[in-house]
Amino acid sequence: MALIEVSNITKVYRVGDLEHWVLKGISLSIERGEFVVIMGPSGSGKSTFMNILGCLDTPTSGTYRLEGMNIGGLGRDELSEIRNKKIGFVFQNFNLIPRMNALENVELPLLYNGVTKRNRRERAKRALELVGLKDRESHYPNQLSGGQQPRVAIARALVNNPAIILADEPTGNLDTASSEDIMALFSRLNAGGITIIIVTHEPDVALYGRRVIRFRDGMVIADERRSPSI
Amino acid sequence: MVHLGATIQIAIRSLRANKIRSGLTTLGIIIGVAAVIAMVAVGSGASLQLSNQIATMGSNILIVLPGATTVGGIRAGTGTQSSLTIDDAEAIRRECSAVLDVAPFSTGSAQVVYGNQNWFTAVVGTTPSMFSIRDWNLTSGRSFTDQEVKNMAKVCLLGQTVVENIFGQEEPLGKILRIKNVPFVVIGVLEKKGQTPTGQDQDDTVFVPITVAQKMLFGTNLPGTVKMIMIKAKSAEELPLAEKQVNDLLRQRHRIGPKQDPDFTIRNLTKILETARESVRVMSFLLGTIASISLVVGGIGIMNIMLVSVTERTKEIGIRMAVGAKTWDIRLQFLMESLILSLIGGVLGIVLGIVVSKSISSLAGWPTVISPFGILLSFSFSGFVGIFFGFYPAYKASMLNPIEALRYE
Repeated sequence: MALIEVSNITKVYRVGDLEHWVLKGISLSIERGEFVVIMGPSGSGKSTFMNILGCLDTPTSGTYRLEGMNIGGLGRDELSEIRNKKIGFVFQNFNLIPRMNALENVELPLLYNGVTKRNRRERAKRALELVGLKDRESHYPNQLSGGQQPRVAIARALVNNPAIILADEPTGNLDTASSEDIMALFSRLNAGGITIIIVTHEPDVALYGRRVIRFRDGMVIADERRSPSI
Repeated sequence: MVHLGATIQIAIRSLRANKIRSGLTTLGIIIGVAAVIAMVAVGSGASLQLSNQIATMGSNILIVLPGATTVGGIRAGTGTQSSLTIDDAEAIRRECSAVLDVAPFSTGSAQVVYGNQNWFTAVVGTTPSMFSIRDWNLTSGRSFTDQEVKNMAKVCLLGQTVVENIFGQEEPLGKILRIKNVPFVVIGVLEKKGQTPTGQDQDDTVFVPITVAQKMLFGTNLPGTVKMIMIKAKSAEELPLAEKQVNDLLRQRHRIGPKQDPDFTIRNLTKILETARESVRVMSFLLGTIASISLVVGGIGIMNIMLVSVTERTKEIGIRMAVGAKTWDIRLQFLMESLILSLIGGVLGIVLGIVVSKSISSLAGWPTVISPFGILLSFSFSGFVGIFFGFYPAYKASMLNPIEALRYE
């Protein structure tokens, strides 16, 4: 059974009488342990597809099965629970909560999973250690460097042991050195068995993937598997 | 679901992030709760004072006064005519079924003298019934008897004010008090009664048998006339019946035709005081209502600031939803914030309300009564206000679309 199985997914926005087809029937499956890079120009529908995979959005038609479970027709709270337990997000601008320090930001998914305070602390510390920020636990996001912020976001994404980590332009705002660090971290996590899906339009980033899916105008125009070049 | 402790921590943290804003919002609740407590305290103080006054008057009492005289076209006012007699009082006692007891009054003022002390006071001639009608007890000695009234015994009872001014620390019982040069034996002292609603000191009085007052002290124009007859009805329900019976009886005895004006006036003291009580009740209600409105306004302040807070933290809400916060997690977080604001406001408001009530008491001299019930009520009301006015912002926050919330800048 594939980890992710989407068949004939569409997403249509209606503005008045106009129908705007963002996704025009996407079908693909992603296996456990894959490192997938989704590429495409802006407006190609890749971010919308990512939101659907991340259970932040639901398709207009088509089916999406995550670990064999049909996601279509689930309510808000059921989707929240799936995001909490199975999916880790790394957003483009990392979306850390400014009023909370690194450790508290990482604890957040555990908080909504009902983990006790002591366990939360312990697991969050372990996650921060894994991304190499052991000594930055009590720093607030604005006290962290541009290269450290995505690490906190990654620690938050993996703290609840998700099946997938979804990253949306994770290197969009980073310099080359930090980008390489972060991508190396993703590769390391992938080697540890976590499925990683990254949306990007940077060809450099795509080199890390073992599978590259290209989007254009709401459709998949290429789906290549290859051994990673880096 | 998030643990309650964690929810409270999150709420306190975000309130502390905006200290001034949280403080000002709380101030609205503080003022509201304080206003409710102070106003209710003033209201209950006023009605307690009135109830005490009603109690000192005795209950279910009617007063019959003689009519007005007219001499050469000049009308002299109620009570100037000599139209009521002791016989009228006896007839009322005998014939009116709704009447429990009757006491006639023959009153005046006089200089009273004991040893080298003297004092100008009210002298009231009456019968022993007066004391039971007005629920007025003795602190020492005894009351005079019906027999002593009949025999014109020269005995007297003293009110507390008279005792203080004439005897001071000395024991008054058995002493000879001279009223208009007539010697009276002090046989009893009455307990303190306080002031009438109009401010008269009821304790500044000497009581003597009515027969003595009529014949030896003040005299009468016609034999047996009295200044006033006090009547106690059998019950509050029978008070109107008693009033009617007395009216009918006196009209008949004084031969007054149905179209004629009577030569007496019946006053219903309880009715007058009940009217006063009713107006105090209305006043308390109005004060409480106005104060409650300020609490509601404080609640609107909470709602306003929570809506601002939800908008400001749209992105944070989006992040929380993305990592798994459910509808009620978000809702409880914001509800907890408004609940904490309003409960802190409630506690501080109670303190301020008590301080204000005490200040009103000592500065304006109004009695105030702070009831635990009122405190509990306004505290729970402030909690209710927090939840009620916090719900809409919390609901709004929980219904945000996570994708749009995440995009919000």
